[in-house]
Amino acid sequence: MSAATAAARPLAGRPLVEARGLSKRFPVRAGVFGGAREFVHAVTDVSLTVDAGETLGVVGESGSGKSTLGRLLLRLLEPTAGEVVFDGRRLADLPRRDLRRLRREMQIVFQDPYGSLDARMRVGAIVAEGIEIHRLARGAEKRALVARLLEEVGLSPDHARRYPHEFSGGQRQRVGIARALALGPRFLVLDEPVSALDVSIQAQVINLLADLQERRGLAYLFVSHDLRVVAHLSHRIAVMYLGRIVELAERDRLLAAPRHPYTRALLAAVPEPAAEPHPAVAAVAGDPPSPLAPPAGCAFHPRCPFAEARCRTERPELVAGAGGHAVACHVFPADGA
Amino acid sequence: MSGAAGTAFDAGTRGAAASERADERSAGAAGDPLLDVRDLAVAFETPRGTVRAVDGVSFAIARGATLGLVGESGSGKSVTSLAILRLLDESARILRGEVWLEGRNLLELPESELREVRGGRIAMIFQEPSTSLDPVFTVGSQIVEAIRLHRPVGRRAAWAEAVEALRMVEIPDPERRVRSYPHELSGGMKQRVMIAIALSCRPALLIADEPTTALDVTIQAQVLALLRDLKQRLGMSMMLITHDLGVVANEADEVAILYAGRIVERAPVRELFRAPAHPYTAALLQSLPRLRERRSRLVAIPGVVPDPARLPSGCRFRDRCPIARERCAAEDPVLRPIAADRLVACHFPAVEPAPGAPARLEDAR
Repeated sequence: MSAATAAARPLAGRPLVEARGLSKRFPVRAGVFGGAREFVHAVTDVSLTVDAGETLGVVGESGSGKSTLGRLLLRLLEPTAGEVVFDGRRLADLPRRDLRRLRREMQIVFQDPYGSLDARMRVGAIVAEGIEIHRLARGAEKRALVARLLEEVGLSPDHARRYPHEFSGGQRQRVGIARALALGPRFLVLDEPVSALDVSIQAQVINLLADLQERRGLAYLFVSHDLRVVAHLSHRIAVMYLGRIVELAERDRLLAAPRHPYTRALLAAVPEPAAEPHPAVAAVAGDPPSPLAPPAGCAFHPRCPFAEARCRTERPELVAGAGGHAVACHVFPADGA
Repeated sequence: MSGAAGTAFDAGTRGAAASERADERSAGAAGDPLLDVRDLAVAFETPRGTVRAVDGVSFAIARGATLGLVGESGSGKSVTSLAILRLLDESARILRGEVWLEGRNLLELPESELREVRGGRIAMIFQEPSTSLDPVFTVGSQIVEAIRLHRPVGRRAAWAEAVEALRMVEIPDPERRVRSYPHELSGGMKQRVMIAIALSCRPALLIADEPTTALDVTIQAQVLALLRDLKQRLGMSMMLITHDLGVVANEADEVAILYAGRIVERAPVRELFRAPAHPYTAALLQSLPRLRERRSRLVAIPGVVPDPARLPSGCRFRDRCPIARERCAAEDPVLRPIAADRLVACHFPAVEPAPGAPARLEDAR
């Protein structure tokens, strides 16, 4: 399917997933003699929505908080502040039993198809584990369900009897996807799902993810450092820097008319595999600052070629303008914002 | 101090002359290549038998030029680079081949002479700078050690050179940074230090094995720009090993595509991306998502890379090839010229051989 054509999203209606002011900080070390504790601010004040059938891409470099954001949305991590609303229900308000039922609707696929599968379990048992825990099917019915799932991700039902080490990297990632699909989720967090795969295998898995979305109407949060892959699969893209979203827009709009200087630097840094030279441009100098001590004002200002006086003191809010294009920048705000 | 800096930087003026020479050579047709690898084959002893990781690889790198060596895991690209410097571990055996550098066959050189070539004439940088840097020594003392290993330079002069080397790789505040320990530096800074160490003896060839793969994309852009600039200034050649066709398209002059231990295509970079001749190259380019060009669906390559212990008969790509025919199973295609500077190992290349093109690589020599 084309990522663009599936952009037909319900106009009215509520989003499937909504994050409201999500923050997560991790204590890194308690001060000696009860001194001040230090915190890593992994995610700070993130609000976003994901609609049914939609892919929201989240790009950022190491330390941007993109993986933490995915885990917060699934409540695999407890937020320090803010809340997650799934299909109109606030996750924090749900009793344990309801939360468990809701977990069936939201699953995650990890980057590392080697580390995330139990090497001692047969593939059939790996895929069936959730089905058993949630008592969705037993015996022959369960085995038939597992066989259908394996076929759906491009494996053979016979593969259920094998162990993960007998599979290639791409096949293992298919097993990871089958496991995530087993409970019939509506929302998947895909955390760097193709980053560990060879180029020729990446395309197979990317196409599979696109097919599954179309067939099942899945909503994806696609987290990756690889802009080319994100650009291919996403309907909208959020750019994160040091725990915050600095820009969020429709895919075409973000690629054609990026506003935030960090987004522009990211796009310029991607070398294109084409006959016409398009060398990576080092548009920003230096390294990202430590999330232990984010700079005052705009976190990007120490590396920003356009920084003005107020960028050093006043943090820009993420403000939406025309076409829902949201930017957090004093110098280049969204059009019409 | 400034005197020592001068000695560190007379490499700059020599480099300029060298790069002029390099321009002449790469622009002109002939000229001796700096590195000439011929029919290299490397085998590994594994529990499942002998595996040929590299099986008859030939390429040359002109002075001042960058060769991009592209391949997926198991293609043999890293094994090739390690074999050039005889740095393979004990399970590996070089079965045959020649590696010519400046008139000497490195595969026949006594170990004592080879030590001077390693780090002296040929330097290497790797994907993970952290594993190459010793955590208990300052970066300055590690650069000093590298300099004094190959040249009779006093400690103080070498220390001054180390500061200049850090300045050369654009590390801010080099006088202070020279006293830093590796853990005090970011990934990008560590890779810059590795480049400073690698270039401290002004090698003629830098082998860069996935040098930016572990770095964030904005840092990758900085390091690639630095390498581009240094290569020009110092007039050195580069062998850039990578899986990233985007990096290759913009950094290499010539490209060699490896598949299952063989080079399947060699071409000048623009021609490779404009008109790939081997079906594997073509398929790789089709399978890539692009940033600046909308693709509705990626064209995936079916199947997986063959098990090196159980290679198919004939062409190693035929199981996955969209145009494979009977001949591909019966006959192993050899790498042969199809146009000026273009070689392909395919019975049915997308670019037709020019009339009168020699049938084998050896005949073209």
